[in-house]
Amino acid sequence: MHDTNRLLEPAGDLTIDIAGLTRVEGEGSLRLQVRDGVVEKAHLEIFEAPRYFEQLVVGRTPDEVIDIVARICGICPVAYQMTAVHAFEHGLGIAIDPAVRALRRLLYCGEWIESHALHVYLLHLPDFLGYASALEMARDQRAAVESGLALKKAGNRIVELIGGRAIHPVSVRVGGFSRTFRRAEIAALRETAATALELALRTVDLAAGLDTPEFERDGRLVALRHPTEYPMNEGRIVSTDGLDIAPTDWRSAFSEEQVAWSHALQARDRDGRAYLLGPMARVTLAGDRLHPIAAEALARTGLAREIAVNPYRSIVARAIELVDASAEALDIIETYTPPDAPASPWRPGPARAAWATEAPRGLIFHAYELDEQGLVSHAQIVPPTSQNQAAIEADLAAFAPRVLDLPIDEATLRIEQLIRSYDPCISCATHFLDLRVETVP
Amino acid sequence: MNTCAPIAPGRRSPRAATPRRPRIGVVKFASCDGCQLTLLDLEDELLAIAQRVDLIEFAEATSRRSAGPFDVLFVEGSVSTPDQAEEIGRLRAVTHRLVTIGACATAGGIQAIRNWFDHDEIRAAVYPEPQYVESLARARPVSDFVAVDAELRGCPISPGQLREFLVALLTGRRPQLPDEAVCLECKRRGVVCVAVAEGIACLGPVTRTGCGAICPAYGRGCYGCFGPRESANTASLAAWLGDGRSAADVGRLFAGFTAWSGPFRSVVDATGGPPGTGAPRPRTAPPRETTDA
Repeated sequence: MHDTNRLLEPAGDLTIDIAGLTRVEGEGSLRLQVRDGVVEKAHLEIFEAPRYFEQLVVGRTPDEVIDIVARICGICPVAYQMTAVHAFEHGLGIAIDPAVRALRRLLYCGEWIESHALHVYLLHLPDFLGYASALEMARDQRAAVESGLALKKAGNRIVELIGGRAIHPVSVRVGGFSRTFRRAEIAALRETAATALELALRTVDLAAGLDTPEFERDGRLVALRHPTEYPMNEGRIVSTDGLDIAPTDWRSAFSEEQVAWSHALQARDRDGRAYLLGPMARVTLAGDRLHPIAAEALARTGLAREIAVNPYRSIVARAIELVDASAEALDIIETYTPPDAPASPWRPGPARAAWATEAPRGLIFHAYELDEQGLVSHAQIVPPTSQNQAAIEADLAAFAPRVLDLPIDEATLRIEQLIRSYDPCISCATHFLDLRVETVP
Repeated sequence: MNTCAPIAPGRRSPRAATPRRPRIGVVKFASCDGCQLTLLDLEDELLAIAQRVDLIEFAEATSRRSAGPFDVLFVEGSVSTPDQAEEIGRLRAVTHRLVTIGACATAGGIQAIRNWFDHDEIRAAVYPEPQYVESLARARPVSDFVAVDAELRGCPISPGQLREFLVALLTGRRPQLPDEAVCLECKRRGVVCVAVAEGIACLGPVTRTGCGAICPAYGRGCYGCFGPRESANTASLAAWLGDGRSAADVGRLFAGFTAWSGPFRSVVDATGGPPGTGAPRPRTAPPRETTDA
């Protein structure tokens, strides 16, 4: 499977060397050093080529930024567009039509469905069932893979209708959208969302029944929390240890630092602690805001507590969120009435703009400064994976001693499976994964 | 006109009744993963395609890895680091048909905007300790380094064009990839011209079709993500757009996802460089090819 080598090592030492982590978005590696049973180093190395997005948006108009930041990630372009558009609208004081708000939530639901279905079925499930890929898995488990593809397709259809295409949609503009959507157009998505909901509910049963390694992590979870909704576009930034701040104030609690082994800037809280974002964090911190159908599905699994501590159970959290996003999409479709205008009018001008939303992989924060002409003079873009990187490293260090007695291939697989549990998006985090576990002789 | 030759599927071995399944690879350089994701987005055809090809390298989708040789290799992303410059040469040597997918691999992508900036300054602007960051002075298309046999345009590529390309590959015929302007697709779709009817700036006349003319259909101007069509008269369009717009505003239209392609680059240069070239400080002219790495 990988370039692995385990030298003749004493018990308690471990060397795994993987020259490129697979079934993740982007390219990177892990460097794990274990000696006498003690983990000496656990570095998630991100060497995806840097693309300098924070500089590429300087001098651009807010609408140009919405087009550009989508290109940070082909899997979750909507997350970048939503975070940017909300930041600009908040900074410039632009009120949006409730129907526009509903359409944006529908668009985001489409991306969550597409991204989670991709991860659950094509990237993560093969680990649990012992295949190198979903394509190989399809030889024995064709129905499951077909369900996953159908679910992914449903998410893509929603994004395509509202955004014009599934990847890098074109319709999101400051103040609203580039066009209006008639009731009949949105109603045409009803069957798509209903199918997604049915497939998502089956996904929960499948995910909850998977044989899962035992692991209890210890650490802080961070997510958005909204008074009434499961968090996507809006909410306050909260944590399992009592943080509660506005979505514009990310920088008051967290900061980014550069480490020598990564092209991503790692984020930590102001006390230097790691924290984890994503489906585990959201289900734990906002489980009481799930759509009733998703809440019931979660209760049926009886896994809410495990989801809070065992990253291998994140596949269940993702399945629950597939149900939530499908059910919400269906509700929005059924109650949609078109806005009066495609977008609210606005005037370019100076502003300090910041916002946080929930990307499929977790909280994403953007901050922009707009100059007198309304052009970007400074930008900060903090994707979920660069925030999760420190927590992933801490969890790997905590988990690695458990695999020391396993045959090398199995140990490697467990470690890789753990990394995939966080759905790392390395393309995003680089402003590369390559698993290298090594021991010092 | 279509410039790519028929694609040879696996060569027939004398004793085999059917051709060997073509050995396919998908690799990436600096990019967002969106173009390779387009392959996984062919949800209805993916499993059938997977049975007809031997997908020997596709890190995003499978843990089985291969260093080649490849009958067809799809390459995503621009060449942006010294390691990538070396790797593309190695890949070319083990590949029969090399196909670039998307704006990054064919034209440099959005990250090629940095080619107008001073590399050290832009690196220092994003990373506190730029010495840890490996990158070439410029992000460049694959064709700057090795011969390319076919290209799929777009940011991202079109699922329809990818499907057409794969079917052509599997049947051993020439793929039908149109090289006309977005305008023609707009007319066929019955979309009212946003430039004429609403005065919206639109790059449709100089941009290759393939997207489905989605931007005009969604009420906005084309922003050129499929890059220039053959003999695109960008200077003429820039002059027309300049009626009532500043040079900087005309330039920014072309300074998008295919800005580093020749016809678009000339407009960006003529209008003073892409936005933001004021900070960090711009070079007076784009750096010469020989100054790289």
